[in-house]
Amino acid sequence: MKRFIGFIRKEFYHIFRDRRSLFILFGMPIAQILLFGFAITNEINNVNIAIQDHSKDASTLEIINKISNSKYFSIKQIISREAEIESIFQKGKIKAVLNFEKDFGRNLIKEKSAKIQIITDATDPNTANSITNYINAILQNYQLEKNKSIQIDYQIIPQTRMVYNQELKSVFMFVPGVMTIILMLVSAMMTSISITREKELGTMEILLVSPLKPFQVIIGKVVPYIFLSIINAAVIVLLSIFIFKMPVEGSLFLLGAESVLFIITSLALGILISTISDTQQSAMMISLMGLMLPVILLSGFIFPISSMPAPLQVISNIIPAKWFIIIIKGIMLKGVGLAFVWKETLILIGMTVFFIAVSVKKYKIRLE
Amino acid sequence: MGISLSNIDKSYKKQIAVRNITFDVNPGELFGLIGPDGAGKTTIFRILATLLLPDNGKATVAGLDIIKDYKAIRNSVGYMPGRFSLYQDLTVEENLNFFATIFGTTIAENYDLIKDIYEQIAPFKDRRAGKLSGGMKQKLALSCALIHKPKVLFLDEPTTGVDPVSRKEFWEMLKRLQKRGITILVSTPYMDEAALCDRIALIQEGEILDIDTPQAIVDKFPKDIYNVKADNMYKLIQTLQRYEHTYSVFPFGEFVHYTDKRVTFKTEELQHYLESSGLNAITIAPTHADIEDAFMELAKK
Repeated sequence: MKRFIGFIRKEFYHIFRDRRSLFILFGMPIAQILLFGFAITNEINNVNIAIQDHSKDASTLEIINKISNSKYFSIKQIISREAEIESIFQKGKIKAVLNFEKDFGRNLIKEKSAKIQIITDATDPNTANSITNYINAILQNYQLEKNKSIQIDYQIIPQTRMVYNQELKSVFMFVPGVMTIILMLVSAMMTSISITREKELGTMEILLVSPLKPFQVIIGKVVPYIFLSIINAAVIVLLSIFIFKMPVEGSLFLLGAESVLFIITSLALGILISTISDTQQSAMMISLMGLMLPVILLSGFIFPISSMPAPLQVISNIIPAKWFIIIIKGIMLKGVGLAFVWKETLILIGMTVFFIAVSVKKYKIRLE
Repeated sequence: MGISLSNIDKSYKKQIAVRNITFDVNPGELFGLIGPDGAGKTTIFRILATLLLPDNGKATVAGLDIIKDYKAIRNSVGYMPGRFSLYQDLTVEENLNFFATIFGTTIAENYDLIKDIYEQIAPFKDRRAGKLSGGMKQKLALSCALIHKPKVLFLDEPTTGVDPVSRKEFWEMLKRLQKRGITILVSTPYMDEAALCDRIALIQEGEILDIDTPQAIVDKFPKDIYNVKADNMYKLIQTLQRYEHTYSVFPFGEFVHYTDKRVTFKTEELQHYLESSGLNAITIAPTHADIEDAFMELAKK
């Protein structure tokens, strides 16, 4: 036991003396969460639009006012010629142009229908889509107000309610994802690098020729990172609660326990990576390419798994991050207990056992 | 408590590293593996330190089989790899403490063994190991390899990259450790250090050329050897190599070591040949063969 504690103490020396890694270890989670929380968002806010009004009557004015009063749009330009549309899109500031047809107001009253053209810059398809939806909603709203006095024979009134995230804040989606990425990356990359560093610097040679048992070396490498990752997870949860007002509906204890489980899964994966790579560089490449990309692309963090092609949906099942994201979304947003996430939890436990078994089997007690 | 190897073969993929290595190191002996880089010295160390499995052959360290009893061997040997393999970001004291702890001992417990060595680096005990000079690094590495009182010590090129004064000190330490009954197997590419061993094995290209005491190896040298010197060293070597009676020519410090093919050899004749080739300030004097000459001679065959 004394040997083991001595080994762990040495690991902490390494971690605290390597300022750069320490900075990455604690700086990255904070930077990422703030970045995803503030900068990267699917919501639209203050989108610049331009108006081309061929009619200039009471109803177009009313619609324009409604649009400019909403917090989603700000009207930056009034244009008079069709030819200008192309050039303002090319400048890139204006994301949409509203084009009212000639005699819009009169058509509306006399013909009972009038046309408005919405042209959006679809270089960013998601934003273009949102813009169209928001403008449509404003137009609908205007129509409803106008038609209040008129009796329609029948009418469907949809009552939508967005549960678990009423305000559709994208940060609710990003926090679980970012937390997953960070725990995965810190745990897997850092352990695999720290084990391969011993190989690279030749110290593994001495460790092998010592009474330390392989599992002592491995566990000794892992323990410090469990601590650091728990701190990281706590920092992320606190940031999301206090800065982004993210709720934790379920039990904090369960959230903590599941996070520790996922940390251990990632660490086991890190050990596995270190058994197949001989240099720090290759360990880092495998961690980044082999973990980061699948976690971002296939875990359902950004792209919904249900809309992926079938083969990718199958592959997504072997990504531990997918299951962890389901678990923490459940706990944080829906407030579910273990009864609802036991299946995912079991899958993670199974993966962890598998990774550890393979690493112990692959761990070399000699140099070859 | 000694070391024994018999018919050890080892290849890396298709590259043969060592072939048919057989030798014994007696308990308490200071045994040297002498050979150039790439001769296979490190492979032998790694096999004995249980880090590599030999393809063929058997070996024991302190009576323990290197394959079957590898755990026991790892407890009782001190191993200092050729490359500096301590933690560069840990201080001198932390490194020593770490190795003491993982071997289940403390610095205080075995301080008498490392005292001589450690005292020399103690003034720098709070310095990071990576910031030490080459000589101090090796002293620290030796201290770490000794901290658990090993019965057998493996030192792979401990003096490579170390200044001459530290090298001398290092060998004095080895002699003192030997007096305490530790069996030492050491390798070096420096022929002058070979003379300090009890016995040596000369290795080249994975094969042992000869095993004997340094004196016996030198005595076996079959020829009379001469120190030759002239004003132009380069031209001297070239001229000698062209000489019809030349047996061997090797640069050796400020001299050239020369041996002649003939049994009866007159220095005047060589003097005359060199003068006629346009060399000046020629001196030719008989000298003793040393291990380098012996090695070159053996390597020729």
